[in-house]
Amino acid sequence: MKASNHLWKERLAGKIAEPLNREIDIFETEIDLRRQEKVDERVFAETRLRRGVYGQRYDNGQRHDGKVARALDYPTSNPTKGPNTLWDAPGMQRIKIPYGGLNGAQLEVMAELAEEYSDGIAHVTTRQDFQLHYVHMEDTPSLMRRLGAVGITTREACGNSVRNVTACPYSGVCPDEAFDVTPYAKALSRFLLGHPDCQNFGRKFKPAFSGCSQHACGLTSMHDLGAIAVTRRENGVEVRGFELYVGGGLGAVPYQAKLFDEFLPPELLLPTAQAIARVFARLGEKKNRARARIKFLVHDLGIEEFRALVLEERDQLPPDPRWKQYLDEALADAGEESLQPDGDLAGSGSPEFRQWLKTNVRPQKQAGFVVATVTLPLGDISADQLRDLADIARRFTPDRVRTTVEQNVVLRWVRQGDLAELYQALESAQLARPGASNIVDVVACPGTDTCKLGISSSRGLAAELQRRLADKGAEMDQAIQDLHIKVSGCFNSCGQHHVADLGFYGVSRKVGGFAVPHFQVVLGGQWTQNAGSYGLPIVAIPSKNVPEVVSRLGEGYVSDRNPGESFQDFVKRSGKLQVRKLLEDLAKVPGYETDRSYFSDWGDPREYSISDIGKGECAGEVVSAVEFDLAAAERQVFEAQVFAEGGNFRKAWETAYGAMLHAAKGLIKIEFLDIPDDRDEIVNQFRVRYFDTEKIFDPFAGPKFANYLFAAHRSSENGHTPESSRRLIEEAQLFVEACHGCFNRMGLTPSAATA
Amino acid sequence: MEIQHVNLKLHLEHAGVVDLEPLIPIFHDWVREQSCEETLVDVADYRHVPAGPGILLIGHEADFSLDWSDDRLGVRYNRKARLAGENHDRFRQALRSVLTTCRRLEEDGRLEGKLGFESREFEVGVNDRLLAPNNRDTYASLRPEIDLFCDGLFGRNNYSVTHQADPRRRFSVLVQTPRPMDRADLLKALSP
Repeated sequence: MKASNHLWKERLAGKIAEPLNREIDIFETEIDLRRQEKVDERVFAETRLRRGVYGQRYDNGQRHDGKVARALDYPTSNPTKGPNTLWDAPGMQRIKIPYGGLNGAQLEVMAELAEEYSDGIAHVTTRQDFQLHYVHMEDTPSLMRRLGAVGITTREACGNSVRNVTACPYSGVCPDEAFDVTPYAKALSRFLLGHPDCQNFGRKFKPAFSGCSQHACGLTSMHDLGAIAVTRRENGVEVRGFELYVGGGLGAVPYQAKLFDEFLPPELLLPTAQAIARVFARLGEKKNRARARIKFLVHDLGIEEFRALVLEERDQLPPDPRWKQYLDEALADAGEESLQPDGDLAGSGSPEFRQWLKTNVRPQKQAGFVVATVTLPLGDISADQLRDLADIARRFTPDRVRTTVEQNVVLRWVRQGDLAELYQALESAQLARPGASNIVDVVACPGTDTCKLGISSSRGLAAELQRRLADKGAEMDQAIQDLHIKVSGCFNSCGQHHVADLGFYGVSRKVGGFAVPHFQVVLGGQWTQNAGSYGLPIVAIPSKNVPEVVSRLGEGYVSDRNPGESFQDFVKRSGKLQVRKLLEDLAKVPGYETDRSYFSDWGDPREYSISDIGKGECAGEVVSAVEFDLAAAERQVFEAQVFAEGGNFRKAWETAYGAMLHAAKGLIKIEFLDIPDDRDEIVNQFRVRYFDTEKIFDPFAGPKFANYLFAAHRSSENGHTPESSRRLIEEAQLFVEACHGCFNRMGLTPSAATA
Repeated sequence: MEIQHVNLKLHLEHAGVVDLEPLIPIFHDWVREQSCEETLVDVADYRHVPAGPGILLIGHEADFSLDWSDDRLGVRYNRKARLAGENHDRFRQALRSVLTTCRRLEEDGRLEGKLGFESREFEVGVNDRLLAPNNRDTYASLRPEIDLFCDGLFGRNNYSVTHQADPRRRFSVLVQTPRPMDRADLLKALSP
């Protein structure tokens, strides 16, 4: 869509690390091929998802206007971006930020992208990512190149892949941590990114790290893979390790992660994660999306059997020097150069400054330094604020910030003596809101604002709660101020409502023949202990009454709690029935003619409807690795044609031959996952497994197409004429088609096709 | 130098505390009626972001917003799709869209006439840092085109143009006129 799209590639040549540069070129080619409808829409959907290019509400071209669903008249209706997803409909770009770490240059690029490709806002998610909304498909390669030039990839930000590796944002500075988990998170993120063993999952896979077990910051209990730093003494020496958990997750049915290993030595971290990925890829559910997360596999097998399978897999892994190399490199790069500590914590100043100090500043384990939290309302930050934040990070920290799972940003290594100046700088950027991590700091997923699955307006409700609670401000009892509110637009829990004191998730109810937006009230969740336990739903309340629920529960807690009693314990002691009784009158909805405000949602005046809910893309498309390999082979054939057109016949020949090898390797991987990237070995294995068995034989042409591969392999060292190159391109296309045919005849489900 | 993605903002007069909430149903109505030249898609509420985009009307070809950037409220038009013609045609189209939006908002009874638009200045820029980096060269290159655009509307030497030169921000200039612009006349002059 942007007129400059064709210029960025040249402008950023040499500034993007080569593997990433090539990946983006390939993605751009895949976009071209999809435009020509040469790639299946399912394959393209999963391809773009694995580059973080996500669908958005109304992208099926329909939008309910409060009365009826109307078509949105986009200029282009074909091709689609995926099943029932229009090409022109804007989408969301998710940007992975491993362990939430960013520097000033990266913040500035984020600001530029928000302005030029999105709506001027960057959104911090509950998994430390950034998201840009209303992004057009054609703009994504330029956007990715600009990110790539500052060392950020969007690869595997969505889809059935390893998602962002999150970590406690206080790692390295927290007084309570066992040790800094940052380098380990960095190494794992690097190792699993694009790893062949992670390309065949039935669903996503989310890792998280925490430096301690008692705080909430890492939320390891609700992750597919959770690693908590622990130490122990061996022969009088303190050694590091990880308490490793597996199989946690929220979603509609939350599961607490199970203890896999109480002390995993760091050198086994990467191979263990790889072995877990292999077992998940091999045995995880592929057909039933609702049971495809690893939590179901762990549950069904039992942790003992799962552990035994993983350990057996780990023993069989081909040794990989990166297991050690990536850890060593990350550990060598772990230090954050700080300024010298200077001055004392300022205790005076305006009441606003003192309130901000109280809620947004916490000491580091390093004397003289503090961490300051920049609270972002609903996780949103404008482009101008991002630039200001970049300046602030350079001025007051070692040019680093971290995003948090509470959708905020933290500034680490701030000198105590600089706090007054920091506050002034934040205030002038309008980033000095107090109330970090307390009841005003409401967390919300995008909900009906932009998510295809949203049922109720989580952001609308969160904004309303923030407004009302901020008005009460510091006058609220401290016990209430310390509570956490989290809101999800549906049961899928992106707002992490299960682990809040007061959690809400969107549901709808019919009242008098009209749909009414509601939120299910979820109480008793535990935020600390890395999301130690999950709350349970109590009652569904119409959206418009939810603020009153918060008031009533807060007042009840303040007046009836025992000394020192947590909200979780208070709810437990009161009993669900009693709490439900307290809220029962709020569950009632006045008639449509009596009060129509109940029939629309917060921040959205349209009469409420659930007809805009679409098919979510959280689950991605189940596309087996073979299908990806075959799609990649087709793309290579196309690239070979481009080389031939440009007169580069040697390159054309080599690319066409590469396409054949790629397709053959895809089929081989069904039976032999570790096929090395060696031409002779690929051709040899293909001959044994597909030619000698006649599996590749075409029903009409017999071995003809397979022989093209053998012929090409024999002549691969010879010179290439224009004629031989063109002929090989034709043959490569036919060979890839034959591989498709073979795969189809095998009739494998995605699960079986994972080897 | 061909530019695309013109971004134009007309400020409000005396905009102190303005409640933007009434804009939300108005913009939803516009989406329902598809009442602009552009395909309208959705409404986004960013009132919680200080000095942010305010309330946005998301379109396919362009976004409209009542925007608080630089702590100055104004109607912004942000062209996303390419537009044929010359550069000054694209400036004209953006100004026409903003003025039309202003007129419609002024005429909407739900706002009770609370929005008064600035008649002596507007900000015009390019939302593409590669096509138009915010530097002197871009300004020198585009100035004749901006003059061509302004001459036709205000007459020669009846306006001033100030380059807003922060290199990290998008290229933009502030166009000011000594006398209030008659927006109805301007709209007439801008008619295609």
